[in-house]
Amino acid sequence: MGGILEGKRILVAGVTMDTSLGFAVAKVAQDQGAQVIITNFGRALSITRRIAKRLPVEPAVIELDVTNEEHLAGLADSLRAHVDGLDGVVHSIAFAPQEALGGNFLNTSYADAATAFHVSAYSLKGLAMAALPLMKEGGSIVGLTFDASVAWPAYDWMGVAKAGLESCARYLARDLGPKGIRVNLVSAGYTKTIAAGGIPGIERVENVWSERAPLGWNPTDSDATGRACVALLSDFFPKTTGEIVHVDGGYHAMGA
Amino acid sequence: MATTEEIRTGLAEIVNEVAGIPTEDIQLDKSFTDDLDVDSLSMVEVVVAAEEKFSVKIPDDEVKNLKTVGDAVAYIERSQG
Ligand SMILES: NC(=O)c1ccc[n+]([C@@H]2O[C@H](COP(=O)([O-])OP(=O)(O)OC[C@H]3O[C@@H](n4cnc5c(N)ncnc54)[C@H](O)[C@@H]3O)[C@@H](O)[C@H]2O)c1
Repeated sequence: MGGILEGKRILVAGVTMDTSLGFAVAKVAQDQGAQVIITNFGRALSITRRIAKRLPVEPAVIELDVTNEEHLAGLADSLRAHVDGLDGVVHSIAFAPQEALGGNFLNTSYADAATAFHVSAYSLKGLAMAALPLMKEGGSIVGLTFDASVAWPAYDWMGVAKAGLESCARYLARDLGPKGIRVNLVSAGYTKTIAAGGIPGIERVENVWSERAPLGWNPTDSDATGRACVALLSDFFPKTTGEIVHVDGGYHAMGA
Repeated sequence: MATTEEIRTGLAEIVNEVAGIPTEDIQLDKSFTDDLDVDSLSMVEVVVAAEEKFSVKIPDDEVKNLKTVGDAVAYIERSQG
């Protein structure tokens, strides 16, 4: 039996380590029959090239800094070297300067908050537009958020940026819907990745999460997140867009 | 099974390739951060490359305990054993 992404060409932006949520998406996507291309930027790119070998099929690796307009403008051509079109794009990218995280909320400068917004929210639009020339037959864009409807310990301006990302996804859903492109987010539970490790104090949510989530939650297992993203990339959500699917063991729905 | 010196040499090659530090500086008593200036992103890459080279698994929680080159060599030696 074929997988649910059989024949589909999927770009996963933002893979550094095998702990990266993007890695989990890429792995499940390949298991489900997709041809996958992954991206990363800067010095982390050389880690990505090594880590790519740990996927079931070693994917092509492309350099993409979502704050670099030249990279964005050249993305479609870089992709054409590997695929003649795209059926799905995964945005698994976030960054905030240390000054914008870890309890410094009241003293964060606009420049630092703006960096978080640029890399983590505005970039969904940048990535979508950069991939658009290859999505002539429609497709699915999936991003990753961390529930921005509440305030978290330590998450600070990253949380504000995520609120921006969630809104950005709805506006993209509005403007890309007529082209047959769906835009959805997966709101993942706390997972131990490099990005999460860079937020001093965020680990405070770890115990609460596994206690409160009715389905339980393992912060070192990102398979559930990968599967949900793949489901949204597949043809099984044909009339779903502008949506946020929680993959958090049910934590968000509990009051205590 | 690789000897301590073989592991040190192999690790030194990796640290040299990733961070550009001369291999002869990469001795057992050297601290990755304080003596060799290996930052956290380079350390991630060193770990990934070492895992491939020595066929071991170095969990994230373990990495912070590997302060010196000697710590890393000893960990790899134990994992191979
Ligand atoms: N880890 C969690 O608990 C958690 C929970 C919910 C959502 N998320 C989201 O999942 C996504 C992936 O993060 P992760 O936790 O897997 O961490 P990660 O560090 O493995 O991945 C983040 C990726 O973003 C890339 N990146 C940063 N700045 C970039 C730029 N300017 N251009 C291109 N790429 C850039 C990094 O190189 C890295 O590959 C992020 O959007 C994150 O906010 C994470």
